[in-house]
Amino acid sequence: MSVITVERKILKKNDEIAVENRNVFKKNDIFCLNLLSSPGSGKTSLLEQTLARLKHDLKLAVIEGDVQTDNDARRIAKYSIPVVQIITNGGCHLEAKLIQDALVNFELEKLDILFIENVGNLVCPANYDLGEEKKVVIVSTTEGDDKPSKYPSMFRVSDVMIINKIDLLAHVDFSMQQVRQNALQINPDLVIFETSCRTGEGLDTWINWILSVHNN
Amino acid sequence: MHEMSIAQNILEIVQDTMNREKANKLKEVAVQVGELVAVVPESLEFCFTALIENTNLDGARLNIEILPLMGSCQECKHNFHIMNFLFVCPVCSSTKIDITQGQELTIRHLEVE
Repeated sequence: MSVITVERKILKKNDEIAVENRNVFKKNDIFCLNLLSSPGSGKTSLLEQTLARLKHDLKLAVIEGDVQTDNDARRIAKYSIPVVQIITNGGCHLEAKLIQDALVNFELEKLDILFIENVGNLVCPANYDLGEEKKVVIVSTTEGDDKPSKYPSMFRVSDVMIINKIDLLAHVDFSMQQVRQNALQINPDLVIFETSCRTGEGLDTWINWILSVHNN
Repeated sequence: MHEMSIAQNILEIVQDTMNREKANKLKEVAVQVGELVAVVPESLEFCFTALIENTNLDGARLNIEILPLMGSCQECKHNFHIMNFLFVCPVCSSTKIDITQGQELTIRHLEVE
C-alpha cells in the first residue's frame, strides 16, 4: 500500500476554464453578470425589464440556463437580443465549460454586456465560477426573509443582492429590514437593490448601477 | 445535486493520478470539504460509490474531512470559528471578517496498491 499526495482543488478544471472565459470577456471588453436565485424569484422578468431599458444603447446578449425547456430563451428572443439556451438535462448549475461552448454563438467583439441566467438554485451555482465579473443574487418578497441565512454560501460569494417583487410587500410576511440584516451579516459588502418588475419601481437604480460598473 | 458533479471531478483527478503513478487498485481517496461549500457528506459518498460500481475503482472508500468555517477579524485580528454563518467578530463586533478556512474543496491524497 502506498499514499500518493495530490493536494488539488476538486473544481480546478472548472476554475481554469472560468479564467479563460474571463480573459475572453476582458479582451472583448464585455461586462458579464451571473444572475442567481431560487426558482420563481423573477430572474427572467428582471432580465426582460433590464434588456428593455439597455438594448437601445448597448449591445447585449444572454445565456439562459435551465434544467429543461427553452421557454426562457423564447421570452428573451422577443427583445431581438442574441440568446443561447443551455439545457442542463437535470444538472443543477451551469459550469464554465458550458459557457465557453455557448460563447461561439455570439459576435463577441461587438458585445457590451453578457447576462447569464443560471439555473434556479441557491446552493450549487455558488461553487462554480463561470468567469463573470459580478454575481447577482435575487430574492423575492414571496420567499422567506431568512433566505440569506439558509443559503449563506451564495450570499457570501455574490456582489449584489436584488430584493424583487416589492409591490407585494403589503401582502406577505416579509421584513425588508430582516432580509437586509441577514444578508449583510454574511456579506457586509453586498450592494442591495429593491425592485418590482410589475410597477418598475427601483429598476432605474439597478440599471444605473450596471451602467456605472460597466463604464469603469 | 452538485455532489454528483463534484464526485465526477474527484474521479477524473483520481484516474489521471493513478494512470500517471501506474497504480492498480484504489483503496481510499481523502478529501477536504469546507463548511461553507455546502456539500452533504452522505450525498457525496453515495454519488462516489454509485459512480465507481463495476469499475476498476469499485470498493474504494471516500474519506471526507469537514473543515470548520474560520474567520480572522480585520480590525482586532481575533481568529474564531464562524458560527451560524454570522460574519461578526465576537470580540469587537466588526463585520470585516476574512475567511481563513471553510471554502476548501480539495483532494488531499490517494491510498493505492
